[in-house]
Amino acid sequence: MNVHFTVNGEEREAAVQGPESLLFVLRERLGLLGAKDACEQGECGSCTVIVDGDLVCSCLVMAADAEGTEVLTVEGLATEDELHPVQQAFVEHGAVQCGFCTPGFVVATAHLLEHQPAPTEPEIREALSGNICRCTGYGALLRAVQSMGGASP
Amino acid sequence: MDIDRPRSLDETLAAAGEYPDATLLAGGTDVMVEVNFRTRQVRRVISLRGVADLSEWNGTRIGAGVTYRRMELGPIPALAQLARTVGSPQIRSVGTLGGNLGTASPAGDTHPFLAACDASIEVRSRDGGTRILSWSEFLTGPKLNALKPGEVITAVVLPEHLPARQEFGKVGVRSAMVISTVSACVMRDEEGRTTVALGAVGPTVLRAARAEEMMSAESHPSAEALAEFSRLVSDEVRPITDHRSTEAYRRHASGVLARRLLERCLAA
Ligand SMILES: Cc1cc2nc3c(=O)[nH]c(=O)nc-3n(C[C@H](O)[C@H](O)[C@H](O)COP(=O)(O)OP(=O)(O)OC[C@H]3O[C@@H](n4cnc5c(N)ncnc54)[C@H](O)[C@@H]3O)c2cc1C
Ligand code: FES
Ligand code: FES
Repeated sequence: MNVHFTVNGEEREAAVQGPESLLFVLRERLGLLGAKDACEQGECGSCTVIVDGDLVCSCLVMAADAEGTEVLTVEGLATEDELHPVQQAFVEHGAVQCGFCTPGFVVATAHLLEHQPAPTEPEIREALSGNICRCTGYGALLRAVQSMGGASP
Repeated sequence: MDIDRPRSLDETLAAAGEYPDATLLAGGTDVMVEVNFRTRQVRRVISLRGVADLSEWNGTRIGAGVTYRRMELGPIPALAQLARTVGSPQIRSVGTLGGNLGTASPAGDTHPFLAACDASIEVRSRDGGTRILSWSEFLTGPKLNALKPGEVITAVVLPEHLPARQEFGKVGVRSAMVISTVSACVMRDEEGRTTVALGAVGPTVLRAARAEEMMSAESHPSAEALAEFSRLVSDEVRPITDHRSTEAYRRHASGVLARRLLERCLAA
């Protein structure tokens, strides 16, 4: 079966087998390796993407059910020659260590700031509670997000 | 694998009637975990994504497709409280009320709320019309519900008047992204009529009937009455020991949690 959807603003078509996840299709069929595959059970957030405006775990989206949707992955954030402001803030505040969790955190942060341009600390913690960083980078992550408070992404 | 994408409730019921073995797919937050771990075979899917009828929320009638995100922002205090505790923003943005009832986990966090206010579940099918089941008729055991082949959960129907004082709480190993060790919902109306429902401490959610009866007779509960309420709740739950907790801890936590929620109702 083939699905047709918009990925990072481009119309795409991808072959899909059985009930496999959107995460699998993004990585293995479309070569978009930003979203990471770790737990496959919605616990870690490393596969976070935005589907039709909703922040979701792409491991929990059935690819066949993504027909006609609009998907935004971390690859869709930066432009040709400029990092997305969230990515820039992460770099400046040392919020990236091994980098495995980073795409998920960047997408979740971009989604947060789009809806709440000046989040409080509890709001930031709540909004990022579905993302796990095993390099204990939470302090730096928090500072990176706080540095953007007020600036629209 | 085949997938149907109905655009209306009638089309959904037609597809479910034609393929009673198909997997209904709402937010996918339970279904896809089973798919990824290969514990669920999926040969045909009926996607509810495009079925706007199921996402309608009119006062006390809440469509099966309403997400935790909407419950969080909605007007019903205990429903908003419980929705906030579910999973993470990623889970709450797509996970639905209907999916929580479809899965029927003993730890389903919507269940204590539905039991405490005596909600009904509306189910429909192409051939069998509409059935309205009470929460206790619908939830029949651990991961078991009363759905017949071809039936779709369409909505939850709450009583017209909900007590203004209602509190939900859960106990788990941390505050985010956690399956309940015990969950509870307490409601108390102006006359003092009190209900208390507990999740994850029995094969399905349960009501602590003796604790309710005792507390409903107290207009200004004393410290002793609160202690007795707590003791009765601990006595009435039917928890088991598993990898998440022990029977003894769950029993104790049930009483403490129910009492705290009642105290919040009384303070409100
Ligand atoms: C990381 C993570 C954290 C979680 N945390 C919690 C938590 O804190 N509390 C909690 O209670 N749950 C939790 N869950 C479980 C899950 O998110 C909920 O049970 C949710 O309500 C399922 O809804 P869904 O729309 O995603 O259902 P789906 O996965 O789409 O479906 C679940 C089941 O219900 C059936 N179904 C769905 N809609 C209907 C319908 N309209 N009619 C008939 N059958 C239907 C499906 O066929 C399937 O059997 C968590 C899950 C994950 C992955
Ligand atoms: S891989 Fe999807 S949440 Fe962990
Ligand atoms: S930077 Fe390594 S997991 Fe977060």
